[in-house]
Amino acid sequence: MKKKFNNLPDINGHFDQYGGMFVSETLIYPLKELLKAYKKIAKSSNFKELLDSELSSYVGRPTPIYYAERISKELGKSHIYLKREDLNHTGAHKINNAMGQVLLAKQMGKTRIIAETGAGQHGVATATACAKYNLQCIVYMGEEDIQRQKINVYRMKLLGAEVVPVSSGSKTLKDALNEALRDWVSNVDNTHYVIGSVAGPHPYPMIVRDFQSVIGYESKKQMKTLYNKEADILVACVGGGSNAIGLFHPYLNDKVKIFGVEAGGYGLSTGMHAAPLNKGKPGVLHGNRTYIMEDKDGQIQTTHSISAGLDYPGVGPEHSWLKDNKRVKYVSVTDKEALKAFYYLTEKEGIIPALETAHALAYAFKIAKKEKNKNILINLSGRGDKDIDTIAKMSRMDL
Amino acid sequence: MNRIDNVFVKKERKLFIAYLVCGDPDLNTTFKLMNNLVKSGVDIIELGMPFTDPIADGPIIQKSVERALRKKTSIINVLDLVKKFRKSNKKTPVVLMGYLNPIENLGYEKFATLSEKSQVDGVLIVDSPPEESECLEYALSEKNIHSIYLASPTTDKKRLKEISRKSSGYLYYVSLKGITGSKINRVDDISKKIKSIRNMSNKNLPIAVGFGIKDSVTARKISRIADGIIIGSSIVELIEENLHNRDKMISKIKKFAANISNALVRK
Repeated sequence: MKKKFNNLPDINGHFDQYGGMFVSETLIYPLKELLKAYKKIAKSSNFKELLDSELSSYVGRPTPIYYAERISKELGKSHIYLKREDLNHTGAHKINNAMGQVLLAKQMGKTRIIAETGAGQHGVATATACAKYNLQCIVYMGEEDIQRQKINVYRMKLLGAEVVPVSSGSKTLKDALNEALRDWVSNVDNTHYVIGSVAGPHPYPMIVRDFQSVIGYESKKQMKTLYNKEADILVACVGGGSNAIGLFHPYLNDKVKIFGVEAGGYGLSTGMHAAPLNKGKPGVLHGNRTYIMEDKDGQIQTTHSISAGLDYPGVGPEHSWLKDNKRVKYVSVTDKEALKAFYYLTEKEGIIPALETAHALAYAFKIAKKEKNKNILINLSGRGDKDIDTIAKMSRMDL
Repeated sequence: MNRIDNVFVKKERKLFIAYLVCGDPDLNTTFKLMNNLVKSGVDIIELGMPFTDPIADGPIIQKSVERALRKKTSIINVLDLVKKFRKSNKKTPVVLMGYLNPIENLGYEKFATLSEKSQVDGVLIVDSPPEESECLEYALSEKNIHSIYLASPTTDKKRLKEISRKSSGYLYYVSLKGITGSKINRVDDISKKIKSIRNMSNKNLPIAVGFGIKDSVTARKISRIADGIIIGSSIVELIEENLHNRDKMISKIKKFAANISNALVRK
């Protein structure tokens, strides 16, 4: 029998050796409560209908698939399609999960929402959903990320969220996650923690994946109805990996090649990157077993990426499993390559991508130059407005 | 007999368990602190193994861990220090407390073997609940090292039963919903929960209460209902406040510990 790739996690939240619930005892109860509520509420047809209708009227789903004709022709003989998650309300795929989880939390009777954020996109999405559903919202964000993503910080504040700077450790996404977990332990009764990626303890990797899978399901339908074609190759960037799993998951049992692109930073050989699937090894971080970047003593290493959203030393446990089972190929591109792709798409197609997304684009462009007559579908996970500051600064430095 | 079981049986008063992060501010000071804590009446030492991402710890212990990591304190350093401590102290149990990843990195077997060599008595891994701990627990039990688990106010009856069955040495009851360094407000709730654990536990597993005990008054209150009390953040705070004067640091901590020790009730 052919191996199935879409029937995990098991009841304990494991993807074979990966995943699980590696948390302190106090959090076991709220995690189990969440799992129960998720199975009962989120799987009900009432909830699904409500969420679908909100995603359509408020978020703007389904997002289109755009055939990038100009760059397809210029790069070679393949066809590049872009799943336009950047056209979602708030500008990235993050809102798919935020809407689902905040709606679920509301129905669970929670009154307080907390979240962690790296690039700020998940924070903005969560703050947006909280404004709409009238829930208190607290977002933890590393001090360094606050510096490089000022616009998103201001957006969150406008939306009524409290942004709490995190100054411990490396002052980035991983530390924001630590701080959010600490908040949750202290406020389990009235608080729901909206994790923004397919990371964290069970059931988060499953819940976030399910809410993001709308990307892949729509894509399958749209490639047929809009273009009468099937995707041959899927490409998405992988930090924690939520946009990637969202696109990949509905395709896992299909005959399609899949590439996840990690942040190569200054290059894999320099050690200054955020590519645990390429250069890390299995370990335990933030409640699950997965590939992580650690030093010889098992301490978590600081990462580097030009994009705050990929700057994370771990990755969703399902990706670790897909890597070991060779279903998805995980590659990396450097800061420089991502920047080049950023400019290329902007200049040739009039679409400014997020720096995270630019990693997927850079690798997809490499494929397009080699392959013939292939339909390459890229998850254009977010728009680049938030990165304009970074880009402007860098180009001045180049001058 | 494991030293932990021995001390719970023989001690004439309720037990005082002290926590400090190994390597903060340096290994030599930790060594001196361990010996002085014992002199001041501490019965069990919980030695923290530093980890970059201590998700259950509040700011005081986070900073302590950061200081220890600046000195590159590794598990091997921690184990070596216990070995050194054992040369002059054969009696006081040492429990290693920390997070799972550095142990995964070292390997469970190797960790258990080295712990036995250093004469470690118990291990408590904060982010590894019993469900995820089978292999480590087995490796440790082979070497007669206790696996100590946490129970908390959110733990339901079914889990309490399971946790008290799997725990050996003692059960660490987390007094509050929160991180280390928070403050206890309701001793009554703790008392109720401990009674319910005792009713469920089918062996005479001692129960020690930690998180939020900062002074002798609270320590005394808790010692009436538990078999032992655990103090961490308050000791670590005294380290932080006296970083520039090691002698003062040691004498302050000695005084604090003696004060707590005297407040604990007899069995």
